Amino acid sequence: MRRYSAFAIAREGARYHTGWERAWRSPKPKKKYDVVIVGAGGHGLATAFYLGKNFGITNVAIIEKGWLGGGNTGRNTTIIRSNYLQDPSAAIYEKARSLYETMSQDLNYNVMFSPRGVMMLAQTHHEVRGYQRTAHANALQGVSTEFISPQRVKELVPIMDINGPRYPVLGALWQPRGGTARHDAVAWGYARACSDMGMDIIQKCEVTGVNQAGGKVTGVQTTLGEIGCDKLAIVVAGNSGDLAGKAGFRLPMESVALQALVSEPIKPTIDVVVMANTVHGYMSQSDKGELVIGGGTDGFNNYTQRGSFHHVEETVRALVETFPIISRLRMMRQWGGIVDVTGDRSPVISKTPLGNTFINAGWGTGGFKSIPGSGWAMAELVAKGEPGPLAAEFGLDRFREGRFIDESVAAGVAH
Amino acid sequence: MLTLQCPYCGVMADETELHAEGEAHIKRFGPGSSDEDFETYLFERKNPKGVHFERWRHTGGCGKFFHAARSTMTLEVYGTYPAQTLEPPKELIDAIKAKHPDWEGYK
Ligand SMILES: Cc1cc2nc3c(=O)[nH]c(=O)nc-3n(C[C@H](O)[C@H](O)[C@H](O)COP(=O)(O)OP(=O)(O)OC[C@H]3O[C@@H](n4cnc5c(N)ncnc54)[C@H](O)[C@@H]3O)c2cc1C
Ligand SMILES: [Zn+2]
Repeated sequence: MRRYSAFAIAREGARYHTGWERAWRSPKPKKKYDVVIVGAGGHGLATAFYLGKNFGITNVAIIEKGWLGGGNTGRNTTIIRSNYLQDPSAAIYEKARSLYETMSQDLNYNVMFSPRGVMMLAQTHHEVRGYQRTAHANALQGVSTEFISPQRVKELVPIMDINGPRYPVLGALWQPRGGTARHDAVAWGYARACSDMGMDIIQKCEVTGVNQAGGKVTGVQTTLGEIGCDKLAIVVAGNSGDLAGKAGFRLPMESVALQALVSEPIKPTIDVVVMANTVHGYMSQSDKGELVIGGGTDGFNNYTQRGSFHHVEETVRALVETFPIISRLRMMRQWGGIVDVTGDRSPVISKTPLGNTFINAGWGTGGFKSIPGSGWAMAELVAKGEPGPLAAEFGLDRFREGRFIDESVAAGVAH
Repeated sequence: MLTLQCPYCGVMADETELHAEGEAHIKRFGPGSSDEDFETYLFERKNPKGVHFERWRHTGGCGKFFHAARSTMTLEVYGTYPAQTLEPPKELIDAIKAKHPDWEGYK
């Protein structure tokens, strides 16, 4: 793999950009791999990357039914934060956030991590108490957050109306090292690094069945034929229930549509991420100048990758109330992704009832931020067959044992 | 936009008038049941790609709970029926089967 650098840009500029090589290979599948990962989203690719990097396991295939990064990884609003309430969440999200800090260097790929700060508005007294509690919990967990005053909110985001008639801003939970990154680049950077380690990324290949013998996985059936494996990792987000069904077990999750939209590009107006959970909307500005806006989830099961229209109106209404200057902007694009939501709103990184088969799912509306940490933890689980400290609390057995990691209070909005 | 007919008041209700209440015909378990039974009842869901039987509530209308059969792949609605039943009516199952011969049926 030729490294990207300022020198490479100069060199290629001097020869009409004829020397760039493909970022990853597109090989035909082999008969068998040590590990097959289903799903080339951020989590599947990060799992592969850390299998190679941390455990030296490189006889790996990542199988993707569409194009890599074309699922939720390429559809999200890229908020990265780790200000969760419960200890197991703070641990894995902060691990992920800290890995984002050096991801561009680690992958030699510019993922445009921008720790511009994430602000979660408190607009009811209940939220003020909730976020103060989270700030205290974060202090104990070693996650740097603080509860800030309305005046400080106004200083950081001058375009915000903090004295709105319905829900005036009473304060905010502020994580200065939270932010955003370029979602496609995260997938592409991992794909390039995995391909370089000799792993096969097989796109346009759907897994349609799971072969098993004696209670253990032996391979998968795909639209490109059978592929054998010693270990299987299912990392397919909204399609988890479907694939688990094919492997013979059920999951504590359901698939619903979550949508987002972007405005026409405007001059720089807001340089932090703002989330307003009570009025239900959140917003940041991309480098292109578009306002990136997160919408709501539908209440019903859905695999259509488009959400209900009325959510767009609700979201935009909430944001116009919070940022009156956007009222005359046109919205350019709207899209949806299918997110996998668990009973306690926390993910699953777990062994499954089928031997040598592992699942990473249930990230729901908020798993872009966790990609590197999740891949780190999942690789350890797949390599050793047992979860390490980061994944230990996220097993499927928690639903039977009642050990929930209840984050639905901490994150009232999709993110 | 998703539109369901409320089987009680007959209104063709837009989804903004309704509230989705999750998978239908879930078998309930009470005190004394095993951990596995509670896990299935409380958390494990079919979450199918395709035909799905659900509970809905006509919150912005008569307020009553009812059932609907719907495709999660196309949002096509096959029919709605009252809440006082433990499984979908046979006519509805037959009608879905006629439309989708390869559907595995109600399980
Ligand atoms: C609109 C929206 C906004 C969001 N905003 C945020 C945010 O601001 N911050 C945040 O942290 N998170 C956010 N999220 C959530 C985040 O996008 C997801 O949690 C995360 O991207 C999940 O990554 P993944 O790799 O698990 O899944 P995906 O990226 O969906 O990857 C799964 C892949 O598996 C493939 N696949 C599925 N079935 C099969 C099969 N049978 N065979 C082969 N391949 C298969 C799919 O094609 C897909 O590419 C948002 C999500 C949406 C939809
Ligand atoms: Zn009614």
